[in-house]
Amino acid sequence: MNHFSITTRDLNLWYAKFQALKNVTVNIPQGKITGLIGPSGCGKTTLLRCFNRINERFGYVTTTGEITVLGQNILAPDVSLIELRKHVGMVFQRPNPLPISIYENVVFGLRIHSERRDLRKSELDDAVEKALREVLLWDDLKDRLQHRATGLQLEQQQKLCIARLLPLKPQIILMDEPCSALDTAGTLGIEELMRALAGHYTIVIVTHNMGQARRVSDECVFMLMGEVVEHAKTTDLFLTPKDPRTADYIEGRYG
Amino acid sequence: MTKRGHREIIVEWLIESVIRLCGISAILFVFGIFFFVFREGGAVLFKDFKFGEFFFSTAWYPSSPSHVRYGTLALLAGTFSVTVLAMVIAIPFGIGAAIFVSEFCGPKLKETLKIVIELLAAIPSVVWGFIGLTVLNPLIIRLFDAPIGLNVLNGGIILALMSVPIIVSIGEDALKAVPDSYREAGLALGATRWQLIYRVLLPAAKNGLLAAGLLGVARAVGETMAVLMATGHAINIPTSLLDPVRTLTATIAAELGEAPVHSDHYRVLFVIGILLFLITTVVNLTADLIVRGVRKK
Repeated sequence: MNHFSITTRDLNLWYAKFQALKNVTVNIPQGKITGLIGPSGCGKTTLLRCFNRINERFGYVTTTGEITVLGQNILAPDVSLIELRKHVGMVFQRPNPLPISIYENVVFGLRIHSERRDLRKSELDDAVEKALREVLLWDDLKDRLQHRATGLQLEQQQKLCIARLLPLKPQIILMDEPCSALDTAGTLGIEELMRALAGHYTIVIVTHNMGQARRVSDECVFMLMGEVVEHAKTTDLFLTPKDPRTADYIEGRYG
Repeated sequence: MTKRGHREIIVEWLIESVIRLCGISAILFVFGIFFFVFREGGAVLFKDFKFGEFFFSTAWYPSSPSHVRYGTLALLAGTFSVTVLAMVIAIPFGIGAAIFVSEFCGPKLKETLKIVIELLAAIPSVVWGFIGLTVLNPLIIRLFDAPIGLNVLNGGIILALMSVPIIVSIGEDALKAVPDSYREAGLALGATRWQLIYRVLLPAAKNGLLAAGLLGVARAVGETMAVLMATGHAINIPTSLLDPVRTLTATIAAELGEAPVHSDHYRVLFVIGILLFLITTVVNLTADLIVRGVRKK
């Protein structure tokens, strides 16, 4: 397999008549953190939501072009969305743990992707411990796994939302402004977690926060009006942007 | 700043009073009804009223010349059997329809269905009774080879049809109130639509759905005209779906006009009214508490 987890070729997307993505061609490297940045409405969240095709839950979306995820064209008609989403996890802007117990949140993916008889209690227990350890929540939550997940602090909720992806062993994790609902301490916690997860997983993060993009991402894609303006290593993009529009944006002249 | 004129102050006070009166009137009416029903029934209730006979005897002979008896057990059984059958039919059907309207159909179909369901709720109960008499009655006789088609089955089906609109509209509200982020969470984990419904939406909306069912029950218990026409009006503890029964409500409707005012018979009918009032109040209150999320824990 090549070293790109996600590639797109001439990707165009319309919400009804409004074109949100224009000829987007990007290569997202494997095992790295790639930041999607740009002002509101530039299409970065739309692009992210193409990678697991969750955009399509609204009927008025049309997509043309090519998206290859893990070597497979995911816009092909025979693609199983269920399999795709098993390999490509997603974390949302507002933490959205389900209104069930912490334990059940973590094993939710296993339950929906396996036959009931294949799931043994001990395996589920192991999966919960492993996933919660990986997101550094185990010590805090191990004594109250049966509590409702919606009662946790926001930072813990967001970590739990990351943890519940892990038992499915995804290769890619998409994050849509995962810290925008959190305070600074929570943001720091999630960023540390992202650094810890990078390498094992390919992470794509949409962020409004330039500081965050600089701190966590290896590469950055700058988008404007549905187009990719510049894609470079984060250090290069922030120190020596090639496009004047990128320079203006990262210096805060608009956006 | 100009001083406000006397006229303005008076007009404002008047408007405020009218609005306050409107708000309070709902409470006044409920208490007024309760007071009225209780006053009419109360006279017999506190005068050597035989509670044992009232609740545990099937003998309802309010106008017997020699031995008057007021046993409502058969009437309670009638109400209970018709209500249970109606709910067995209406709850799965109503919740299913609510899920379809809220999760599966497109916006156009959704609007159409909601209008049709509201129309269904607006059909007068006497029309439902008419359908029971003229459509279901011969159908049941033919299908089940029953001597008569006016029975528990007929009343249950009619009541189910009448309760479904309430269950659908409250159930749909409950599902609509589930945050979209839960749906996205489930979908992004690769859940199918069906898994999304029974693993995410039903648990998240269970309070609202339960309340929808209970309001359907309250509707069925209180319904009068349709069951009066469709159940056969025979005082009888049913042993099969094809037995005719008589409900509490139908008894009041049928006999109140004939009972001499302020006679014991008249007053006992009001006691039945109190009983019905209590049943529906308890059911409604439970539904309300459940909607507010008060759960046993």
